[in-house]
Amino acid sequence: MYRYDQYDQQMINERVAQFRDQTQRYLAGEISDAQFLPLRLQNGLYIQRLAPMLRICVPYGTLNAAQMRKLAEVSRKYDKGYAHISTRQNVQLNWPKLEEVPDILADLATVEMHANQTSGNCIRNFTADQFSGVAQDEIEDARPWCEILRQWATFHPEFAFLPRKFKIAICGSERDRAAVAFHDIGLEIIKTAAGETAFKVFVGGGLGRTPVIGALIHDCLPKEHVMSYLDAILRVYNQLGRRDNKFKARIKILVKAMGAEAFKQKVEEEWQAIKDGPMTLTQDAIDHAFSFFQPPAYEAQDAATAQSALDDKCLSDPSFAAWIKHNVVAHKQPGYAAVNLSLKETGVAPGDITAEQMEAVADLCERYGFGELRSTHQQNLVLPDVRKADLYALWQELQTHRMASAVIGTLNDIICCPGGDFCSLANAKSIPVAEAIQRRFDDIDYLYDLGEIELNISGCMNACGHHHIGHIGILGVDKKGQEFYQVSLGGSQSNDAAIGKILGPSFAQDDIPDVVSKILETYVDHRTEEERFLDTYRRVGIEPFKERVYA
Amino acid sequence: MPDQTKIIKDGAVVSDEWHLVREETAELPAGPCIVPLARWQAERDTLSARNDIAVWLASDQSPRLLGDDIGKLPLIAVDFPGFADGRGFTYGRELREQHGFTGELRAVGEFMRDQLAYLSRCGFNSFALQNSDLTAALASLKDFSVHYQVSVDNPVPIFRVRAN
Repeated sequence: MYRYDQYDQQMINERVAQFRDQTQRYLAGEISDAQFLPLRLQNGLYIQRLAPMLRICVPYGTLNAAQMRKLAEVSRKYDKGYAHISTRQNVQLNWPKLEEVPDILADLATVEMHANQTSGNCIRNFTADQFSGVAQDEIEDARPWCEILRQWATFHPEFAFLPRKFKIAICGSERDRAAVAFHDIGLEIIKTAAGETAFKVFVGGGLGRTPVIGALIHDCLPKEHVMSYLDAILRVYNQLGRRDNKFKARIKILVKAMGAEAFKQKVEEEWQAIKDGPMTLTQDAIDHAFSFFQPPAYEAQDAATAQSALDDKCLSDPSFAAWIKHNVVAHKQPGYAAVNLSLKETGVAPGDITAEQMEAVADLCERYGFGELRSTHQQNLVLPDVRKADLYALWQELQTHRMASAVIGTLNDIICCPGGDFCSLANAKSIPVAEAIQRRFDDIDYLYDLGEIELNISGCMNACGHHHIGHIGILGVDKKGQEFYQVSLGGSQSNDAAIGKILGPSFAQDDIPDVVSKILETYVDHRTEEERFLDTYRRVGIEPFKERVYA
Repeated sequence: MPDQTKIIKDGAVVSDEWHLVREETAELPAGPCIVPLARWQAERDTLSARNDIAVWLASDQSPRLLGDDIGKLPLIAVDFPGFADGRGFTYGRELREQHGFTGELRAVGEFMRDQLAYLSRCGFNSFALQNSDLTAALASLKDFSVHYQVSVDNPVPIFRVRAN
């Protein structure tokens, strides 16, 4: 993974000093609440319903053991001994004290971590496929590109006061696991006929109040121009994006209003002025970034032997077999696998992880890998480089630490925002809804029979729980002061990107498990043998579901 | 008398000689004036004969609207109607990097001390900062000593520095 040099470290230290001074001036009454707002947000600090919330950046979901240990330490020292993995691969502390945040940031800086630009109307953390570098269907590793552009975006002096927040994702594999169509900018890595790296550029996608699938505005952007082209997009947005209405300020609204073609023209105009300037990437710079993401020192494995030993173990232990099937992912390197650690234990908020678990994960990623791990937008963790021969031992250890639930990709691998229990924006609670669903569908055989289903819950239309793109989406709404839930079907965040369709009138919280149950029964009744939930939905449409649920 | 007597310019607190004329139709006071773009456009011939007239741009007025006048003006001001309105950051860079403006580039309006570092990187060299201790605010110009990106104060991005 990327490691800081003197420049990165100096910048991060100066940032901590800057925010320490700002916090002191705020506490001394020299900065107003309104002025402090963008300053604290751009350092990750929200003021929430019960306490502040600090969102710590995990750049494109990559972490190492030392960072995980530090997160554990910080969560104990300044918080309640746990943290939360967000749907943008970041880590959130729910109970820090405002006056201690500069100390937290100083502690994090010692392990090359920070909370920069994790909130506010600026360029946010880049997200990428959690299997970057190890996925079998990878075209090119997205991480070096994320790092090149992370540096471009960090403390960018021109784009720190945009009309609204700005999220960028990069996908480097055939299957899109980064949801590039649902970001302000989505970059898809492609190879030209000559084998050169290039990017498809999507702009104006997003969830929130107005879900939109991004428009393709460049189908083959040469790699050396990616920085200047992004600068041009941001420059157009910074000048023309709406600032009169917060709900119409995202770039998707601008792109829609102008039309994708006109927007693209405008970007081209801006780009011509800066293209081929100093922002043009040099091969040295690209090589430098890639040098941090070279394959680790994999041991040569007899892949066939490792696989047959694994198959034998699976035959003798069905629980292990289920875990292998659901939580373990194929790896580029023969004899290795990537492993999902589930943070979806029933009774625990999805994505929550205790300090003890964080320390355990830090140890595990050193003993079963090369000291690195990933956070996922599904709010789980990944050990990216596990020898197949070690999977059984790892599984046993994960059971001890309650991270071995074999539910990845099933209905119970729920994506869920913190909701009304924590968030001051939320219309409704989301965690208890997730828990009620998990409790209702606790029969693992039924879950497996249902197959791949993504169920996403957001407590409000800001859509942090990505409800629009869940195969089943649940959205908390406020109905005359009461918490209700709207259900949508058919969303998808993958290459076949789609926005879910609303089923009908909303439901009370207690009804949600029954509603989900009826949706699933409808699927089971209509499916053909090979169909996933989403396939059946697409074939039969929303009507049969509607009929059953509202009967 | 100018309503703002002290400003930050080129890293120091100095007395200001310019009078910021907010109203389009106001009578111009004696001495150097910064007039609204519309006033400049309406009275360009008379005003450009003087060498002590500058123009301020509202946050929805791109520097392009000044056309070739950019090179002739001694000072261009950019107004920030609120500190959250970041359009002026783009105008600063465009004036310096694309229009080659070398005169005084001044931030006026509701920007805040904690934006000085970024404003400076975008090419602003003077700041009519309100409601702040200007001497103390000078420190905020120096929040960062290294930068990743290309900007007015840093023509070489860090990836090119590292390659050397």
